[in-house]
Amino acid sequence: MHWIIWCILGIILTPFLGGLIAGVDRVVTARMQRRVGPPFLQPFYDVLKLFGKEKLVVNRFHGDFVLCSLIFTVASVGLFFAGQNLLITIFALIVGNVFLVLAGYCSNSPYSMLGAERELLQMLSAEPMILLSAVGLFMVTQSFDIATIITSGKCLICYLPGVFIALIYVLTIKLRKSPFDLSTSHHAHQELVKGISTEFAGPSLAWFEVIHWYETIFLLALLYLFFASTPILGVIAILFVYFLEILIDNINARVKWELMLGSAWVVTLVLGLGNLMLLYGIQHI
Amino acid sequence: MVFNIYNNLGEVKVSSISKSPWIIHYDGSSCNGCDIEVLAALTPRFDVERFGIINVGNPKHADILLITGSVNTQNVEVVKNIYNQMGEPKVVVAIGACACSGHFFAECYNTLGGVDKVIPVDVYCPGCAARPEAIIDAVVKGLGVLEEKRKKMKQKK
Repeated sequence: MHWIIWCILGIILTPFLGGLIAGVDRVVTARMQRRVGPPFLQPFYDVLKLFGKEKLVVNRFHGDFVLCSLIFTVASVGLFFAGQNLLITIFALIVGNVFLVLAGYCSNSPYSMLGAERELLQMLSAEPMILLSAVGLFMVTQSFDIATIITSGKCLICYLPGVFIALIYVLTIKLRKSPFDLSTSHHAHQELVKGISTEFAGPSLAWFEVIHWYETIFLLALLYLFFASTPILGVIAILFVYFLEILIDNINARVKWELMLGSAWVVTLVLGLGNLMLLYGIQHI
Repeated sequence: MVFNIYNNLGEVKVSSISKSPWIIHYDGSSCNGCDIEVLAALTPRFDVERFGIINVGNPKHADILLITGSVNTQNVEVVKNIYNQMGEPKVVVAIGACACSGHFFAECYNTLGGVDKVIPVDVYCPGCAARPEAIIDAVVKGLGVLEEKRKKMKQKK
């Protein structure tokens, strides 16, 4: 029974927390650019407005794909907070992402198509590292169960510093921040108009935002797992990492996809896999 | 900050569209004077994001269409296309003398005159070039119209 309550709490509270984080993100970004910036609740105003707008969908499958994406992303967050299997939650998140790509492929708009293609490239760059982090957590705690990982009491970051740093690197891709905001971005550089979300209008764009909030919280929660034995340090680490992401977002320009894919894989192999090999060596000698 | 959030929560119910008007900017056949002033409104000095205003490049995401310059035979289809791609409720703001009436290009053989010859305009913002303060004022004026249109849309449902 205990885990069902956690699951429901996670699903209900996540959009509020995610929206608030997005709002703080926008204010901090504005302050970095010497602007005043919008109110903290601006993302909620945006989403509420979008729900009230006219539905302009070019393909009748578009709405279904967005709904499927929402269901899988919400399910992955729910399972995460319920303390279930880490691998299942990561796979559910990936499936949710794939449905978003399908929604992007729905229309014939070249911007939307190219955005969807780039979203696939982003997934190809980021997902290996996210899966490797699950493997790393397994090697230390001998379990994929999130509840077991949290209660293991081990200092996971001490065993997996390389994995953690590599995870921060791919976090920039998953959070759609510069320099890796290839498929779509919250900012004004409009090389692809709006990339994958070009054909999202009104309510479906609102769902797109809500899905992104869920994704953000999932990834931050994944980072928290590394500090599960010391909760206060974990919260501080998450805040620091998110601030770092905003800073990186503001001082970098968008890169080409070759550089994103290459650098993400090099970081994954060197820091992620290197860390795991060292750990294996230490455990078995 | 906590108090601020609490205050804001009460207002969410009232209206969210006038708190997050996203604009799209189209340059008809302007001399770029008004365009520069529109973009100046986005800079740190004027910072329209204070009002939740974002400049988007996609008509499907936009609520307010800002047009600078008069409409001519070349771009009349483009203007109509952008207008039709925007979702209801939407507002059109004509920025500058050329967009309002055609200004001194009104009698030219190749221009059709002001923007209102082609699509319905809700707010006129005169000036040559219109100042950023005037542009922000016009957009804020447009929020009232946007709110009315939203109410009408709800009544229709």
